Amino acid sequence: MTWAAVLLASVGCYLCKLAGLSVPARVVAAPRVQRVAALLPVALLGALIATQTFTDGRELVIDARAAGLAAAAVAVWRRAPFLAVVGAAAATTALLRALA
Amino acid sequence: MTAAGATRRTILRDALAIGLATGAYGVSFGAISVAAGLSTAQTCTLSLLMFTGGSQFALVGGAASPGAAAAAAVLLGVRNALYGIRLAPTLRARGLRRFAAAQLVIDESAAMTVGQARADAGRLAFWATGLAVFACWNLGTLTGALGGEALDDPGRFGLDAAVPAAFLALLAPTLHGREPWAVALGGAAVAITVTPLVPAGVPVLCAAGVAVLAGTRGPR
Repeated sequence: MTWAAVLLASVGCYLCKLAGLSVPARVVAAPRVQRVAALLPVALLGALIATQTFTDGRELVIDARAAGLAAAAVAVWRRAPFLAVVGAAAATTALLRALA
Repeated sequence: MTAAGATRRTILRDALAIGLATGAYGVSFGAISVAAGLSTAQTCTLSLLMFTGGSQFALVGGAASPGAAAAAAVLLGVRNALYGIRLAPTLRARGLRRFAAAQLVIDESAAMTVGQARADAGRLAFWATGLAVFACWNLGTLTGALGGEALDDPGRFGLDAAVPAAFLALLAPTLHGREPWAVALGGAAVAITVTPLVPAGVPVLCAAGVAVLAGTRGPR
């Protein structure tokens, strides 16, 4: 990996973050913008969960991670604290892989 | 204890928990990055300066073609701009504070902030989560990079499943009513569908389209 790629990509990512915070308030005040902005994290988190659980980055893969996510879903439903949710997923996945 | 004090304690506890979970994943990032051929200095620079996990994995995963990998990393980082738009009215960060706040705009801090009912609780959630994740992620990265191949298979500890579980825990509080469920599932379906067709990182961006559609065309 080249240092140029590391630094340019880092600057690019920072500018994305800064741009979001710097959009003028009147643009953000529009009801549609507010509705879209409220729904964006919901859609992106749904997508992140799906791609990190059910794909290898290139294609659909069902493996021990799916069981881990199911365990996490049960933990969330039972109102378990955050670390218990994450721990349930990791432990379930690790256990299944150890048994496989 | 007052209700506000209880909320404050809950926020700080959750922020620390998110930080620790992310730190554990940072260990695997450090190890994977060094295994992919980046130096320890490059690996730690990414966690300090880029500081957005998805983009960092995208860059490291494309070590064979640095230019394309850098483009993919920035593309993945665009979602942080979307989070920023959502967070700006709550954070109201001005001057130098805005430049510091910008670096902390990531999935975890955004989800924790929008999960709060009040603006002051949202600001506390943002800074506490952002700083906890920043500290733990960088410490984890350094540990992983130095550990190198000792932890060459983070999957053995189920760490790769811990991350989506963390995102699920962050998503759950926003799922009130039919619309957020539909948007979350729609985003998931779109991302999965396009994954074989587009470069890594892009599927998550495509899911943003679901939010745009629902937000502009959905019922008032």
